[in-house]
Amino acid sequence: MIVERPRDLLIKKILAHGFMICFLALIMFPFVMVLSISFREGNFSVGSIIPENPTLEHWWLAFGFDYTRPDGTVVKPPYPVLLWMWNSIKIGLIAGLGVLTIATISAYAFSRIRIKGKGVLLDGLFLIQMFPTTLALVAIYAIFDSLGEVTPILGLNSHVALILIYLAGVTLHIWTIKGYFDSIDTALDKAAAIDGATPWQTFRYIFLPLAVPIMSVVFVLAFIGFINDYPIASVLIRSENQMTLAVGSRLYLNEFKYLWGDFAAAAILSGLPITVVFLIAQKYLISGLSDGAIKG
Amino acid sequence: MPRLAFVTLISVVLLAGSFHLYQLSQPMFGAILLALAAGFAIIFGTNRYYGARFIFPGVAAVLIFIAFPVIYTIYIGFTNYSSFNLLSYERTVEVLTSRGTVDKSTEQPFAVAQDGSDYRIWLPDSGLLSDVVTLQSEQTADLAPADVPNDLLERRDAIKLRNGLQQLTLVTPGGGTIQNAGLRTFANVIPNFVQTGPDELTKADGSVLRANHETGFFVNEAGEKVPPGWRVNVGWDNFERVFKSKGIREPMVSVFIWTFVFAAASVLLTFAIGLLLAVILQWPHLRFKMLYRILLILPYAVPAFISILVFRGLFNQNFGEINLILESLFGIRPNWFTDGTLARTMVLIVNTWLGYPYMMLLAMGFLQAVPEDHKKAAALEGASALRVFFRITLPQIIPPFLPLLIASFAFNFNNLVLIFLLTRGLPDIPGTVIPAGETDILASFTYRLAFDNAGQQFGLAGAITLLIFLVVAAISYANFVTMRRAAEKRSGKA
Repeated sequence: MIVERPRDLLIKKILAHGFMICFLALIMFPFVMVLSISFREGNFSVGSIIPENPTLEHWWLAFGFDYTRPDGTVVKPPYPVLLWMWNSIKIGLIAGLGVLTIATISAYAFSRIRIKGKGVLLDGLFLIQMFPTTLALVAIYAIFDSLGEVTPILGLNSHVALILIYLAGVTLHIWTIKGYFDSIDTALDKAAAIDGATPWQTFRYIFLPLAVPIMSVVFVLAFIGFINDYPIASVLIRSENQMTLAVGSRLYLNEFKYLWGDFAAAAILSGLPITVVFLIAQKYLISGLSDGAIKG
Repeated sequence: MPRLAFVTLISVVLLAGSFHLYQLSQPMFGAILLALAAGFAIIFGTNRYYGARFIFPGVAAVLIFIAFPVIYTIYIGFTNYSSFNLLSYERTVEVLTSRGTVDKSTEQPFAVAQDGSDYRIWLPDSGLLSDVVTLQSEQTADLAPADVPNDLLERRDAIKLRNGLQQLTLVTPGGGTIQNAGLRTFANVIPNFVQTGPDELTKADGSVLRANHETGFFVNEAGEKVPPGWRVNVGWDNFERVFKSKGIREPMVSVFIWTFVFAAASVLLTFAIGLLLAVILQWPHLRFKMLYRILLILPYAVPAFISILVFRGLFNQNFGEINLILESLFGIRPNWFTDGTLARTMVLIVNTWLGYPYMMLLAMGFLQAVPEDHKKAAALEGASALRVFFRITLPQIIPPFLPLLIASFAFNFNNLVLIFLLTRGLPDIPGTVIPAGETDILASFTYRLAFDNAGQQFGLAGAITLLIFLVVAAISYANFVTMRRAAEKRSGKA
């Protein structure tokens, strides 16, 4: 390990790169295939990786335009992908901002303000956070089904209802931001207190500006989490025009209406922006995840 | 004080909302809103709880939208809530008494006359004209003899008003009532059931139905149930069904075992692969590290609901690319979706693909924390690279990794999205009373019971949720303890 002969080292290097390349080929296979399929004709066709007769049909449909085939038949877009995207982004942004606000304020309080029973509350939040939403699906359906009879704004198929449920997903983010606040020197808030700042002012003028980097990470994380949510959205949202991307995409691969090609184009179109955002944020994500979880 | 005025205003709005919910016979939600209003008023209205103001929104959201639904789901497990027993008792009575049969002998055509922005109903056969009606909501209007009104609406314009017409009751000069009985006619509608006492309905033919609050159905004298039913508490019935009915118990045991196998295998596979890749990426002599790293985490970056669906297509038995390649290479076409074992293999393959980057990223972080000196010392002593890894490196990264592995187990234990989007739990286990599949995990099994055309058995689903809850609670507690231990160790070191 310390003294290595150059020949052994070379062999090792070749082995390592060889393994990496083979592994990556396997991992990348689905991406390459989807890209290829999105340019193939029809929804069942098979062919080589570079399509023989590339067509933009699926892409036109994904963008919501009618497509006229060379033989003159007009194909209509099967599903409103862009509308779904808009729904997802709208819900993700609103819920993300809501979660960010609640989480930052709570995290500050948990980190700095003396509250009776704080330790118990923190432990409780941590335990609750581990219970998956799948446990509550039946009740979520029942609750919003009954509330819908009172007012449709809070009923099934309502984005408001979905956002309300998402707002409760703050616990993990409280922990992440609290970990960050804990690492800030307490001399800062003592100085502020001596100058006569109330806890709210300390938060508003000292901690909030300091927390901008971690807040942006939490926002992106929450946003991606909400866009990717399937269980809650699928229980609450049933009508096609109200669907989010995660719920709607499934319709493409229905056994009776199998739109493989159309799906491929729609998947790339909708998946690419989220993937890019995630790749930019991932560096912070991992440190946030492991730190926030362990610093308790 | 503007703050007190503001707090009062919000509290009053919340109180009004709570009162409104009580009136609409939703006492439970009313109580929650009342508690919210009280909590809000106390914490923001007095100065004593200044600190709690900061955490009130977060704690309230978690309690109302996570803790309460979980408890409520388990409560539903003790009721017969399903598509057969969907409504409240009051609504059931309403539904039954509102059903009626049209008396054909009294049918007569009608026309709608415009009267300003309102309408009148004209019955040409009996020469009767109604009072002014708006046709906007439920209404009753008297009829009186009159001449033919002037501006009668065209048939198709009258049809547009059918929603209002259906809610209209007309009273004839003789005191009888007639209702809209179709697009063209009004007629006597005889109700099928009339409420003749508390818990008692009398049918048009004179037979009597009684409410059975044990089963949540009205039953006639022969003891037959008359749908729809309403929700009642059934105690431990759902749990008895789970444990006693063979058609439910056997598939459930199978699902239960597979859930554990699936979660454990997923954690092991992703951990092993992730760790291996992390070790290779840490090797100082390797070039293009950044490129490899970015490409390797792609599966984690793509939204899971998209990649799972992509795999659903690629694994398709007839025209999926995977089978095409397997056929051209080895001449085989595995039945990924109809063979139980293969379907389970596929689920694990896809989940490993989805999950290894997370483990890899974590492992890279933890590997950096292992002191280089220990490894060097061991190597100097003549230990092989493998031995160094298993004796020095692995024991040092396992303890901090453990809570995250447990969390990953818990996540996969409830990985509804994967199962539901990839296989929907199929292929089904043969000979079961309820839908249960070979690849179903407890979460997807419950989801299908409740939402997937299986009679919406919310009650049974709630009962099974309690079982999942117990397992998850145990896992959470284990996680909590190991995490505390790791944290203590860290602070002890520091």
